[in-house]
Amino acid sequence: MSVWGEARMVAAKDLRIELRSRVALAQILPFGLIVILLFAFALDPDRGLLPRVAPGLFWVAVLLAALLALGRSFSIEQQWNARDGLRIAGLDGGAIFLGKAAAIATELFVLEVVLGAGVVLLYDVSVHGLGILLLSAVAATIGLAATGTLYGVLAAGLRLRETLLPLLLLPVVAPVMLGATRAFEDGLQGSPGDAWPWIALLAIFAVLYTAIGVLAFGSLWEEA
Amino acid sequence: MEVTGERPERSPDRSRDELLGRTTRRVVAVASIVSLIVLAVFGLWVAPPDAVQGDAQRIMYLHVPAAWIALYVAFGVTALASALYLWKRTRSMVWDRLAGASAEVGVVFTALTLVLGSLWGRPVWGVWWAWDARLVTTAVLFFLYLGYLALRRIPGDPDSCAKRNAIAALIAFVDVPIVHFSVDWWRTLHQKATVFNPALNPHIHGVMALTLWIGVLAFSISYVYLLDRRYRLAVLDEGREEREIEQAIAERTRPRQTAKVGAS
Repeated sequence: MSVWGEARMVAAKDLRIELRSRVALAQILPFGLIVILLFAFALDPDRGLLPRVAPGLFWVAVLLAALLALGRSFSIEQQWNARDGLRIAGLDGGAIFLGKAAAIATELFVLEVVLGAGVVLLYDVSVHGLGILLLSAVAATIGLAATGTLYGVLAAGLRLRETLLPLLLLPVVAPVMLGATRAFEDGLQGSPGDAWPWIALLAIFAVLYTAIGVLAFGSLWEEA
Repeated sequence: MEVTGERPERSPDRSRDELLGRTTRRVVAVASIVSLIVLAVFGLWVAPPDAVQGDAQRIMYLHVPAAWIALYVAFGVTALASALYLWKRTRSMVWDRLAGASAEVGVVFTALTLVLGSLWGRPVWGVWWAWDARLVTTAVLFFLYLGYLALRRIPGDPDSCAKRNAIAALIAFVDVPIVHFSVDWWRTLHQKATVFNPALNPHIHGVMALTLWIGVLAFSISYVYLLDRRYRLAVLDEGREEREIEQAIAERTRPRQTAKVGAS
């Protein structure tokens, strides 16, 4: 089987588990929504601040929910020696990385659509430049999924991984947070010209960390 | 001082228990103290107070060297040592220890940079913290390597730990230019030189420049010394748990053995 076929198989496996267990849908998604709600408590909606800072709040909520999704993605491999099973299956390390990252990315897309709708409804944001928003969301999500999967396997199987993963991941994805927020702001303000450099940055980040992941995941997976 | 007798060494690589030779280390230690004293004398008395900033500018003689050594030397050494560990032909625990030691000194120096910068910013800028590109980048780097050190602290099989640490160090290192560019972009797009008034950053020359270079030298030597000590600590720490267990077992079994001898 080709690397792509193997990757698709791993992604399908992870997504099937999520569909059946409904942890992502029933826990992580509501978590993201409650974060959106809490921001409104913190920044009084009457002051008109929320629509202006909506892009940043949206991405912070996505990032926090992504941490949960990543922890989940590697804790399912811990149960019932699933990791050993996957190891014995003789899959290519890079393929497992691509598969798990693709599953995470898919989950994050669903999350972003729901949270995006929540932000538009609750924060009274008027949507402009949908193309820019979509493009930057895709690039940012791939970057998040790639780095997250990489750090996820790095911390997998370690004691303290729940507390370690956020500390490792958040500084690394700081540029994604920055780029995605700026691109969203530019898109919403109807100045797509300013958004392109940020989208380029997000794309470079995504490609770079996907490449590193494909190269490094195999040996980390063996050690985990 | 090692209590290992019967059991084979867990860590296969005992090739280099010390980073520096004994004489070199002593020379470095003395040079470090002397250069720091010279720096203090130059920084506090010899160099004149800054025309605009007054005495607050003297903090720069510590702040700038700390930043340079941390950001360019310490984290650079960590990345290089990690790469050398990952490359199979040069794989050795020496590089793993060196990477960890250098990152730790780097994090300390980065923290020093942030604190000193803040102390300087309060009288000169009027704020403890400004959202300047360099400040934000340094803060992100600080957390990046703090995470790396947290990862290093987690025990496990030495070889797989070292591999994991090396990969983590390189992933972090790749992020540094991206963080730098993104933050730089962000700040230059949104605020145009409000805090970095050119009048506050006049060209320095003469005694002030000399003092700054003494600072860089003093911090470089201190870095080497701290690196050596931290490396030694890592070596001692590696077999510690095992040695302690062996020692405890030896202490428990010894009285029984002597009792047996007495009975027969």
